[in-house]
Amino acid sequence: MERDDLIEYSLHNHHDDAAGKSIRQKIYKVTVLLTVITIIEVLIGASIKQSSDWWSTVKVLFILLTLLKAGYIVMVFMHLGDEPKYMRNVILIPYFIFVIYLIFIALYEGTAVGNVWDKMFP
Amino acid sequence: MAGHSAKLDAKTLWGGKESPFQTSYGKLMMWFFLVSDALTFSGLLIAYGFTRHDAQDAWPIGEETFNSMPFLGHGYPLLYVALMTFILIVSSVTMVLAVEAGHRMDRKGVTKWMIATIIGGFFFLGSQAWEWSHFIHGSEFGKIELADGSVAIVKGHFGELQNFTVLEAGKTHKKGEVITEDLMHQFQHAAEKGHLEAGKIHLADGSIAKINKAADHEMTLIIKKSGKKFKVGQANITGAAASKLYYEALYAGDNNRVIYGANMKQNEYGPQQYAQFFFFITGFHGFHVFSGVIINIIILLGVLSGTYHKRGHYEMVEKTGLYWHFVDLVWVFVFTFFYLL
Repeated sequence: MERDDLIEYSLHNHHDDAAGKSIRQKIYKVTVLLTVITIIEVLIGASIKQSSDWWSTVKVLFILLTLLKAGYIVMVFMHLGDEPKYMRNVILIPYFIFVIYLIFIALYEGTAVGNVWDKMFP
Repeated sequence: MAGHSAKLDAKTLWGGKESPFQTSYGKLMMWFFLVSDALTFSGLLIAYGFTRHDAQDAWPIGEETFNSMPFLGHGYPLLYVALMTFILIVSSVTMVLAVEAGHRMDRKGVTKWMIATIIGGFFFLGSQAWEWSHFIHGSEFGKIELADGSVAIVKGHFGELQNFTVLEAGKTHKKGEVITEDLMHQFQHAAEKGHLEAGKIHLADGSIAKINKAADHEMTLIIKKSGKKFKVGQANITGAAASKLYYEALYAGDNNRVIYGANMKQNEYGPQQYAQFFFFITGFHGFHVFSGVIINIIILLGVLSGTYHKRGHYEMVEKTGLYWHFVDLVWVFVFTFFYLL
């Protein structure tokens, strides 16, 4: 017996040529943006040394630019921005809860362990 | 299709039958897999962060370690990794174009962009192989333990080895013979074993030869482990002072004072864990790229044989696309945290 309760959502995932054109334009725009961000990162990385006073600012800038790049890849290339809100949240929220906690705890611990190590074996 | 109503209100949405996510099973499971894989990579990068915060100043800096280009030599900090990043971003773009073509049921377009994506994937894998090979072989100076017990990495231009003139005969080389072959390899091997002394090299056959070598330029010592005199984080030692310290240690005749390249036990760039993280993180990512290329090839075969066209949608391309973009996404983070910071 054929079931009528299974829905093939993929069949609705089509668009026409006009919509395709505007989507492609968006893709090219994001490509240029990602490339420019990478070039900026390399230029900054090559010109500002880690011993410089600016380094801590540069570090934050790198992380922000990376998150920006990641955001564009996930939201545009992976189409997560076009998915329903519920689905977006189910994917992003648990991930961020775990990762932010892990980053906080690991870096804090790492510094503490390093300090103890230096005290014991100066 | 039967059972599907195009417009839903909030009440019917959560009442069963319709998926509130409006997404097929396969795509949703791909997303869940990617979330778990993302947590794995986060774990690896955060472990790297832990170790780095723990080691502080002794940790190597990306632009010191990765400054070579194929065919061009040294002095191009981070350029090659940036190129690799660019290659991967471009192959991600071609993949998203394949997905878009799939939504228009444009089989030719999907084929074209899938092939481009696979080529990009191979380019990236080749680049990574070069990067690994370069990392394992290391630089011409290597990392050296100085006389006071501190350990330094060396930057600058290594003067070319011209030849070895044999002073005392051994099993194969006669006195007065001039050796011109395989000099760097023999020199580094002797340096590791402590078979160098004040401008002379003890060769493997027991002969002793004079080293004829051009002068080094712009030599800089960066201290990576504190000793009695030099400390981690101090100003770099340059010029004649650097050269004197380096050759004093190199010609001391001790086993294992200088290390070239990297293996699982030691490396010339910094603490032991550095190379291990390099191998594991970029290796694990490279393996993802490799499996991504294989999956892309399988899907391309499906596109070519018309399987997805008959099915009425190209969702399989979209699903592998998600995986491929994820690989790109991970590289964006590896690039920042391993190479830039």
